[in-house]
Amino acid sequence: MSLDGAGRLLEITDLVKHFPIKRGIIVDREVGRVRAVDGVSLSVAPGETLGLVGESGCGKSTLCRTVLQLIEPTSGSVRFEGQELVGRRGRELRPLRREMQMIFQDPYASLNPRKRVGQIVGAPLALHGASGRELRSQVQELLERVGLSSEHMNRFPHEFSGGQRQRIGIARALALQPKLIICDEPVSALDVSIQAQIINLLEDLQDEFDLTYVFVAHDLGVVRHVSDRIAVMYLGKIVELGPAEEVYANPIHPYTLTLLSAVPIPDPRENAVRKPIVLEGDLPSPANPPPACRFHTRCPYATEICSEIEPELVDYGGGHWAACHHPLHREHPEAIAAAVPHADAAPR
Amino acid sequence: MSDALLSVEDLEVTFETDDGPLRAVSGASFSVDRGETLGIVGESGSGKSVANLTVLGLTRAPNTAISGRIMFDGRDLATLPAEELRRVRGNDIGMIFQDPLTSLHPFYKIGRQLAEAINAHRDVSDNEARERSIELLGLVGIPEPERRLSQYPHEFSGGMRQRVMIAMALINDPKLLIADEPTTALDVTIQAQILRLIAELQERLGMAVILITHDLGVIVQVVHRVNVMYAGRIVEAGTLDDIFYDPQHPYTWGLLGSLTRIDRARTSRLSQIRGQPPSLIAPPQGCHFRPRCPHAFDRCPETPPLEARSGSPGHLDRCWLEPEEKRVVRITSSGEIGLEAREGVRA
Repeated sequence: MSLDGAGRLLEITDLVKHFPIKRGIIVDREVGRVRAVDGVSLSVAPGETLGLVGESGCGKSTLCRTVLQLIEPTSGSVRFEGQELVGRRGRELRPLRREMQMIFQDPYASLNPRKRVGQIVGAPLALHGASGRELRSQVQELLERVGLSSEHMNRFPHEFSGGQRQRIGIARALALQPKLIICDEPVSALDVSIQAQIINLLEDLQDEFDLTYVFVAHDLGVVRHVSDRIAVMYLGKIVELGPAEEVYANPIHPYTLTLLSAVPIPDPRENAVRKPIVLEGDLPSPANPPPACRFHTRCPYATEICSEIEPELVDYGGGHWAACHHPLHREHPEAIAAAVPHADAAPR
Repeated sequence: MSDALLSVEDLEVTFETDDGPLRAVSGASFSVDRGETLGIVGESGSGKSVANLTVLGLTRAPNTAISGRIMFDGRDLATLPAEELRRVRGNDIGMIFQDPLTSLHPFYKIGRQLAEAINAHRDVSDNEARERSIELLGLVGIPEPERRLSQYPHEFSGGMRQRVMIAMALINDPKLLIADEPTTALDVTIQAQILRLIAELQERLGMAVILITHDLGVIVQVVHRVNVMYAGRIVEAGTLDDIFYDPQHPYTWGLLGSLTRIDRARTSRLSQIRGQPPSLIAPPQGCHFRPRCPHAFDRCPETPPLEARSGSPGHLDRCWLEPEEKRVVRITSSGEIGLEAREGVRA
């Protein structure tokens, strides 16, 4: 199955990552499996931003790490510009690592506290052969590009605020001029005013360097702002995928709608007239996911079929896919209008 | 203001640090009426948490200088001896914190921790404490409360742990609940559940609530009035409608402008606030927001008082600009409120 064709930079097919749960002191017995990523197929076109959303524990971070081969997948295929990544190790992966970088959520934990900023940003360059004056001038250029100054080279990470640290992380990710950057919740640890600065920076850099982003976040407002397409994940599976405006204005999967309706709209009057669908209960354990449609235990529209037959991802036109027996836009259009006002309004 | 349960006047909190005195809160005055929900919005370092920890006496330390009055139910908490303050805390005022995992003791069962909260203030039998714990867990929506009492915190999910924290804060029927970023560590779906729960309980029990958050979206769902804090000062105070539809302080415009919304199509660029919040050891002279404010002018090095300027009673702000002028300059090109200065608007 291929989702959204034209000129793919990254193509993920049936990717699976199960973590074994082991018991026993002398003999490791496998007593179960956490199905963190359970058969995900996605593709990303060059220059686009794919937003990946879902609750914590849905497998979005594991998916990112498996794509970059930071975790070895259980099965499936990841192709980057047509080249298979799964099965390659260490040295074989290195040339491709230049092309794919990652920005992490926590700007405190992702920078080595004992290294100076110059060493942190320069490390990928040094690993790939740069040295001396050339390395120095490249690092200076990178720092200035992300809004820091070259004097910051000799400082340590603790001397910077959260937003500035995230800029250092971005400079490091940019160092090797990658084509793809996976941003794993890059702004969730930052204050609102700083979030806007970092998002604007990421967008400027995308235009300037033709970057492709996979943008993971639980804040659906941020994701809508940055993404061309959105993938919604639930318990290791993609449940809906489509152009951002479509997914937000006309969600097909009830889970997408519940996510949207849980996000407060920062406008008291508009918020007051909404009729949100509030999900009861927590995310089921990925070690023991519900059978058939994994969402049926929490879904307000579930019927018998949902607990018997697993729905396939179906194309509803225009690259909008969803896996649901009861597509909302056909069966409950009024629920969409009540939970997300202004959804049909034309772009302002 | 007539029926104020808590009224904080001119609160100053200064921490002595190696680099010099740090004024975490400078001259904050606010009040909460009985049965009212007040939202305090601000970014990290704005002093919103310190101000409320000080209300509870939790910042008292040799290196901390506290001044001002904290009138709660007829008593000044600022000067209350530690022993008496302990009787207020957890009894008349309940508090919940951001991270429900680190706020619960990992070694003890939930039931024991809840009972401890009761026993600290009341002389009750084990059975009574148990009954009350079950009642409260039921009240906050935890299924099978009896069975849950004998479980450890790690057996609860994040949302359920926050419910336990709320149960614990409410167990002695407080008059005031202080909730410091209660949903920041939670997923959006769980955040919605917890906010709804707080609003429901507030109405049902008639207590006053102070909700501290950095997220204006969270505020919208539950509060009646809002205080916006920046760098240790309250820069704007008013009703929810005042703050969202007629914001007076440029910092509030910046906060509103940098929000991303799920009901708005993608705009080209987010409105941002340039620069970083100031150091509180050497804050800028006059208005603390001046270095980041595109509308600053020659009067701003003098500190503006927190006054009613907009015409709406009880809507206070700290900005020298004329209200009429503000209504013009705060509208950004897209027709929304934001901080960007427009060329030629200011003479």
